[in-house]
Amino acid sequence: MEYEAVIGLEVHAQLKTKSKIFCNCSTAFGAEPNHHTCPVCLGMPGVLPVLNREVVNYTIRTGLALNCTINSFSRFARKNYFYPDLPKGYQISQYELPLCEHGYLMIDVDGRERRIGVTRIHMEEDAGKNIHGEKGDSSSYVDLNRTGVPLMEIVSEPDIRTPEEAAAYMRKLRSIVRYLDVCDGNMEEGSLRCDANISLRPVGATELGVKAELKNMNSFKNVQKALEYEVKRQTRLLEEGGSVIQETRLWDADRGVTLSMRGKEEAHDYRYFPDPDLVPLQVDDAWIEEVKKTLPELPDAKMERFMAEYDLPRYDAEVLTASRELAVYFEACNKEARSPKVVSNWIMGDLLRECKGDDQEILHCPVRPEMLAEMIRMIGKGTISGKIAKTVFAEMMKSGKSPEIIVKEKNLVQITDEGEIVKIVEEVIAANPAQVEQFRSGKEKVLGFFVGQVMKASRGKANPTVVNKLLKERL
Amino acid sequence: MKISRNEVEHVADLARLELSGEEVDQFTGQLDAILSYIDKLNELDTADVEPTAHVIHVGNVIREDRVCDSIPLKETLSNAPETDEGFFKVPKII
Ligand SMILES: [Zn+2]
Repeated sequence: MEYEAVIGLEVHAQLKTKSKIFCNCSTAFGAEPNHHTCPVCLGMPGVLPVLNREVVNYTIRTGLALNCTINSFSRFARKNYFYPDLPKGYQISQYELPLCEHGYLMIDVDGRERRIGVTRIHMEEDAGKNIHGEKGDSSSYVDLNRTGVPLMEIVSEPDIRTPEEAAAYMRKLRSIVRYLDVCDGNMEEGSLRCDANISLRPVGATELGVKAELKNMNSFKNVQKALEYEVKRQTRLLEEGGSVIQETRLWDADRGVTLSMRGKEEAHDYRYFPDPDLVPLQVDDAWIEEVKKTLPELPDAKMERFMAEYDLPRYDAEVLTASRELAVYFEACNKEARSPKVVSNWIMGDLLRECKGDDQEILHCPVRPEMLAEMIRMIGKGTISGKIAKTVFAEMMKSGKSPEIIVKEKNLVQITDEGEIVKIVEEVIAANPAQVEQFRSGKEKVLGFFVGQVMKASRGKANPTVVNKLLKERL
Repeated sequence: MKISRNEVEHVADLARLELSGEEVDQFTGQLDAILSYIDKLNELDTADVEPTAHVIHVGNVIREDRVCDSIPLKETLSNAPETDEGFFKVPKII
């Protein structure tokens, strides 16, 4: 039997506010343990949490970007469970009245567009961090700096059908929250976390199968790999006549398997109830309009604009707009170079390779957009060849010097003077009588050999067009 | 009966309370009495009453996103039975 996967993702995004969601403690990363705590986030009796306005703004901004309805009335609920990183014994979250609902996100996998529903986006507080002692140490150590850092939980509909689509959804979501500047999107550091629900059903069936919940996937690659593994595992189970059990499984990236958390999982019984410490949140149209004004151009709109305004192929536009940093880089560079496709080629090729596709590296790349633009203009004017430009680019990357200085210092200016090139051409012809014979007897392919020899002798500086022309004349 | 022995045991488990068999019997009886009493409210006709989200009719108690000083570490840890280098020390979780 053919099976299809039904996948839904729950994504937690840490919001980039300065202070925590219900108290004035700092959210800054990397402080000494337990230094960013106060009676409110420590869960002392008798304290009163007060909601941070920016958390609401960021969540509305995300809701609007994901085509959600922003509910005019929402409230907070307590989710009750015991864990040492949760000092109150409950997490303040939202339950039956979340801030945003009924949205969607468009993804593109191999040129096929798909619409993935967003069930809801709600606000909640993060828990602290546990550090487990080494072998033989019977203790764990709790740091509550993260307790109360604002989170947004974005829950998708079970509309995702393949692990590739899941990874594409995560990439798109990361790109959007980064464009919105509400979350830094770092999966490795945990500011963007993803849990997945996955079940299988016979192709064509409408009923859902029993699902497993996957956790601990801290990169796009791991999300995809864990789901691929799970599809295989569940398929095998069903084909052997067994059945999938509803359970939570942890992805073990080192071994490339998901493992059952059996035993750890007492039945989820969170006993949600409205938090009496927090009054309801009312968001009127004026508030929503105010937030709407802060929305930047989003990746999809930017991509369409890049295709229309710069006449770029869809693929280029998609790569260039996937990160805001890269899109800004492209526009800054093209403003001076005025040659969109050439700029795009350099960015997608050399720049992305050097920066390993990392947004921060692009932001701090020694090759500034103006420098790349200057180099592209030098190619256009014939000052340097495209081949030499590769050397210039690498040198800019290393030293941060301007292309003009590098070309001068390294004496890389292209030789276009025919007189100078003729000399080299004649030397090469004289030194290779056998190949000359071959060429004259009709083996035209040998021309490439001669071009190569001349370029080599000129240390890559001879203008290839002139070299070709002169070789043909002399041979 | 408004509540069963099993439910009392489950709730005790969720609250991390260890109850003896006698206590389970005792609490089942007491909780049943309380729930039956509360149940009186169901006799009220609330068809025309708006659901209440909160007992006080105030909305949007909100603060600006501003960082203030946290409290000294010594105070943070002052109620902890055990600490180690600024951490709360607890029995191993995994
Ligand atoms: Zn605090």
